[in-house]
Amino acid sequence: MSVVDAYIKVQNVSFSRGERSIYENVSLTIPRGKITAVMGPSGTGKTTLLRLIAAQLAPDSGKILVDGQDVHALSRSELYKVRKKMGMLFQSGALFSDMTVAENIAFPMEEHTKYDAKKIADIVADKLYSVGLRGAVNLMPSELSGGMARRVALARAIALDPELVMYDEPFTGQDPISKGVLVKLIRQLNDSAHITSVLVSHDVEESLSIADHVCILAGGRVIAEGSADEIRASDDPEVKQFLNGEPDGPVPFHYPEEDVSGRVAL
Amino acid sequence: MKSIGLLGASLLDWLEAVGRAGIFLVQSIFRLPVRFKESVNLLVKQLYSVGVLSLVIIIVSGAFIGMVLSLQGYSILAKFGSEEAVGQLLALSLLRELSPVVTALLFAGRAGSSLTAEIGLMKATEQLSSFEMMGVDPLRRVIAPRFIAGVICLPILSLIFSASGILGGHLVSVEWLGVYDGAFWSSMQQSVYFDTDILNGLIKALCFSVVVTWIAVYQGYECVPTSEGIGKATTRTVVLGSLAILALDFVLTAAMFGDF
Repeated sequence: MSVVDAYIKVQNVSFSRGERSIYENVSLTIPRGKITAVMGPSGTGKTTLLRLIAAQLAPDSGKILVDGQDVHALSRSELYKVRKKMGMLFQSGALFSDMTVAENIAFPMEEHTKYDAKKIADIVADKLYSVGLRGAVNLMPSELSGGMARRVALARAIALDPELVMYDEPFTGQDPISKGVLVKLIRQLNDSAHITSVLVSHDVEESLSIADHVCILAGGRVIAEGSADEIRASDDPEVKQFLNGEPDGPVPFHYPEEDVSGRVAL
Repeated sequence: MKSIGLLGASLLDWLEAVGRAGIFLVQSIFRLPVRFKESVNLLVKQLYSVGVLSLVIIIVSGAFIGMVLSLQGYSILAKFGSEEAVGQLLALSLLRELSPVVTALLFAGRAGSSLTAEIGLMKATEQLSSFEMMGVDPLRRVIAPRFIAGVICLPILSLIFSASGILGGHLVSVEWLGVYDGAFWSSMQQSVYFDTDILNGLIKALCFSVVVTWIAVYQGYECVPTSEGIGKATTRTVVLGSLAILALDFVLTAAMFGDF
């Protein structure tokens, strides 16, 4: 791979949950100003990767550099400062259920800036406009459809004009139209605001269609990394199985069993 | 031998959990609010949902307990011809014992369980992570206002419980059973002292409020964020809360009234 300007560098990271090892010596790079898609089967710890980058979880070994800073070596207040440069779109949207849409988007600004009410209201309207939901400003999260909630959450994630936006499974459970809208929004935001985007997903088509850079994780390691075209052209059997959705292959159809004899009998 | 080991292991686990909960408590109280006005707003909101919304159950149960006490007390006291002492019986048993304990038990069921479920659901829907991601400490924003509101509300609710119980008892003993009104109140006035009775009751209520609210917010914050996990955490809040109240009540009573 050619030399790129890396925004995030994951270096030899190992992470395990209890006895189960999730990552073993994983290294990957997320280039600045591009959309990087991290793909892989469910349960390979894609969301865990985002939480490691945001330092909500700490790796067992290895380092994660975000814009040159080792996020796991920071003090709590320094970490909170770094997090202001990050926006995260959670899988469920994670809107605060006791606040209106406008209050949700205003929240990070009220918390971290000294803007007056007028300016905050302007920014809220602006951000909502960019996700096409200006009319929803006074609704409660419970009144939104799943797709709308995710768009509001996106507006909130970009309220502080972050340098990095992380999307956790943005397409899961969305109808085709919402998916299309989200794909367009992610692309637009990335290009107009020069954001670095990290997208975690197992929706192959949507992810490949917008990603500049793709990593595929499986079995605790990176099995492929490159541009969308390079990934499509890959002849690695594991990559092919994942992209084409084949039920059997290097990733077995059967969940591994230790010793079948004596256990099948009922 | 193995069972001793298991006992030791579970004791260590328990100690560790208590330690974690203690650190959690200290962290959530001593995080200073960043914006004063917002903290006040959050606190008022919680005072409403934890305190004001518990009023109905507290007033109604207080009245019924007062009525039952009067009936029971009257039937015994009447044998000795001292029915009017029912006022004294009512006030002392409510202020010293029943108000703090029953209020705290009801509070664990009504407000504690809802605190646990609410915080647990916020965890399950990633709202707590979301605060963290925005550089906002969820302990300060979510836990602290709920904890402080709980601690403030319970002693006040306990006083309201006493008042409601005495009025309910008055209704039964004076209006219904015909105890002389003046004797009812004067026996109460003669025997109730501010420091031994009212203040001790309030101290009890304050201790219970810290323990119950602490258990409730901790269980919510530490629960497994699934439907089953939230259900279990809510049950634990009520069970552990109630047991803690009753055990603590014995200790406090022994310390306050033990030398009689």
